Amino acid sequence: MKDSYDVVIIGGGVHGLAAAYYLAANHGITNVAVLDKSYLGSGGSGRNTAILRSNYLTPEGVRFYDRSLTLYRRLATELDFNVMFSKRGHLTLAHNDSSLRTMRWRAEVNKVEGVDSEVIDATEVKRLAPPLDISPDARYPILGALWHPPGGIIRHDAVVWGYARGAAAHGVHLHSETEVTGINVADGRVTGVRTAQGTIATGLVLNATAGWCTLIADMAGVRLPVQTFPLQAAVTEPVRPFLHAVIVSGSLHVYISQTDRGELVFGASVDPFTSYSMRGSLEFIEGLATHVLELMPALGKMRLLRQWSGICDMTPDFSPIMGPTPVDGFLVDVGWGTYGFKAGPVSGEAMARCIADGKPPEIISAFSLARFADGILFGEKGAAAVGH
Amino acid sequence: MILLPCPWCGPRDAGEFHYLGEAIARPDPRTASQAQWREYLYIRSNPRGWTSETWYHRAGCRRYLSVERHTETNEIRSCRPAASVADHPERSS
Repeated sequence: MKDSYDVVIIGGGVHGLAAAYYLAANHGITNVAVLDKSYLGSGGSGRNTAILRSNYLTPEGVRFYDRSLTLYRRLATELDFNVMFSKRGHLTLAHNDSSLRTMRWRAEVNKVEGVDSEVIDATEVKRLAPPLDISPDARYPILGALWHPPGGIIRHDAVVWGYARGAAAHGVHLHSETEVTGINVADGRVTGVRTAQGTIATGLVLNATAGWCTLIADMAGVRLPVQTFPLQAAVTEPVRPFLHAVIVSGSLHVYISQTDRGELVFGASVDPFTSYSMRGSLEFIEGLATHVLELMPALGKMRLLRQWSGICDMTPDFSPIMGPTPVDGFLVDVGWGTYGFKAGPVSGEAMARCIADGKPPEIISAFSLARFADGILFGEKGAAAVGH
Repeated sequence: MILLPCPWCGPRDAGEFHYLGEAIARPDPRTASQAQWREYLYIRSNPRGWTSETWYHRAGCRRYLSVERHTETNEIRSCRPAASVADHPERSS
């Protein structure tokens, strides 16, 4: 570790590493350090359910996430590293009329923005995902779905490793097991970062942490409108491929995909109260199993392999917070709630541009921290698939 | 999951309760500046450690409670009747 860097990025997950990679690859800024208190990808980047999509509700959201999906699609070539992107198609199920209406709205916004997205009926849903129970007497009958063919899944650890390798190849220094203990600020400007391994002098710090973002921002004296909630997920034993599409049910708070190894990955909405705990709970597994069996009764004999939890930074409007803060040289890429992984590439690209240009690019202009003081919140109800 | 020692009903599963969030004081809307009001609306301290918060025992005594909880271990240090409605105006749901 050097005594000083031009840029210090706190958080060695997909956001921090992508920012480091694009700083070096797109802007020639290579005197950069990425710090993580544990191993690279140990936070949300290795705990999410690896689903990619761009069928959001607001035009700004659709454009932003579609740029991310475009970058993800060509990431293996860009990084010369197999990130195992698997285009599956993404089904968001509608169990009532109001869901169907929202899906029609989303589909039309998506189409205007050039994103492949359409409302389909239950018969078509059954054709795309045969294990689903579409009988009308189900507790939550499936009336139709928002069908988004470009959606899919990816190997999330490989994305982390690919960006890390790409950044390192450009000369970026990666320091895992290096916990940040303080941020030096003088006259409203960042001057350095204190770590368990020593102090680094720098004029520019990017907070790219998730879950712990308010703890890092507090060190710089910046208060963020963020609360930390755990999000739990689980995976079954592997079975033969039988489910191609990614299935999401907002009403039942569950999303399901089958990995290339054959396991079913289940995710849910955040836990009902704030916590930094990453322990799984029995209540979660009971609720999850109930909801999965509502959708796919044939899975009754499947066995769960393990469950885990990650912690999420929830903002009041379900949009992220990106760009400058009142402290000069202290930038944030935080508030990623339950939707951070799919936005990794575009966030890295945008934050790298923000650092290189000294101002936020147009694509993240709606996500400024100042919006909360200005009262211009940016409600993205399509942000998480479930649980708003 | 955690057990909340309700002063009226005894130790009960947290699933019986509705979590209302950090206990914060509401500024007087007649005199608060816009900045103070927005801070009250959006900013929370979100500590990793002990915090004071409000819970509602919806499937029990239907009383509001002031709870001290550790946000990393979910240990509960105290659970008392909330002081008054005026101190917890965010309890809309």
